[in-house]
Amino acid sequence: MARALIHLPPAPKRGEVMEIRTLIAHPMESGFRVDSQGRLRAQDLIRRFTCRFNGELVFSAELFAAIAGNPYIAFHLVAEEGGTLSFSWEGDNGFAQSETITLELA
Amino acid sequence: MSRSLWVAAAACLASAGLVAAPRDARLSGFEFMSRQTQALQHDDALNPGMLWVAEGEHLWRRKGGAGAPACADCHGEAATRMRGVAARYPAFDADSQRPIDLAQRINMCRQQRQQAAPWAAESAELLGLSTYVAHQSRGLPMAPDPDPRLQAFRDNGRRLYSKRIGQLDLSCAQCHDGLAGQRLGGSPIPQAHPTGYPLYRLEWQTLGSLQRRLRSCMTGVRAEPFDYGAPELIELELFLAERARDMPVETPAVRP
Repeated sequence: MARALIHLPPAPKRGEVMEIRTLIAHPMESGFRVDSQGRLRAQDLIRRFTCRFNGELVFSAELFAAIAGNPYIAFHLVAEEGGTLSFSWEGDNGFAQSETITLELA
Repeated sequence: MSRSLWVAAAACLASAGLVAAPRDARLSGFEFMSRQTQALQHDDALNPGMLWVAEGEHLWRRKGGAGAPACADCHGEAATRMRGVAARYPAFDADSQRPIDLAQRINMCRQQRQQAAPWAAESAELLGLSTYVAHQSRGLPMAPDPDPRLQAFRDNGRRLYSKRIGQLDLSCAQCHDGLAGQRLGGSPIPQAHPTGYPLYRLEWQTLGSLQRRLRSCMTGVRAEPFDYGAPELIELELFLAERARDMPVETPAVRP
């Protein structure tokens, strides 16, 4: 299951600070836990999150083992014009997910 | 003058009537959580359970095996056609002459109408679709199936609820009726009303069913848990649903 939810403000305005909130389904297995048989569970983490606005990097984050499952990442953005927001999450075992959203400004 | 006095007196009586009416002493597990965890449940942009709702919506529209219909092809729009359905489960199944829960109902539909293999207990698919269906009843009161044939099963659920089990020799009732509101270690003991299932537990770091919750309580009192789908678990679910009658459905709830 790999799903992501992205929430933008209902009516974002030009030049105004807006909050962008993202949530993605991922176990974020720390690599320190054991399963019911006592074997160490292999580490499985999202390593990097990036957001680009019209191709330009506007936000990125590195994620580590102490971050809870299904990570929620929120950040702020000021946009002077409409465009395309593209989000990408990359991690262990070739995990890669991307979403794009069209941003329309009032 | 006398008329306005009469109106004021009537208003006083009405408000006194409201106060005198027996207040529901039942509280959802929501009331026992920290404000931060409550905020997590209340905001759909924060609530991780909404990821399973999204997964379920996708599965609702996906075709079954070998050209078989999708859920949406027979049932239509979940927002209208599934509204209130989950609040009624576990319900009586005429074929097996037994109560079945929502997950079993979904798997039954899957096998009989979609010619597909049933999903495993606690699989992302089964949890996703049951969360999506249960989410359509959010805010509606729990309204258990009124079928009289369920009574014997419900009584057995009540018996299981008050039966001491495990090496700790504890029954559900001892903690959840007798000690609700107090603490077990650092955690508050809730009243065990299953209004938010399937729900997201921070401890699990994932979403799980009521059966998972019941099984981990059984492990907690050092008892051998019933298998997923065992009749005893369904009977317990049935009894708990009756016990929570009229309380609002919260799916997907968040619990610590």
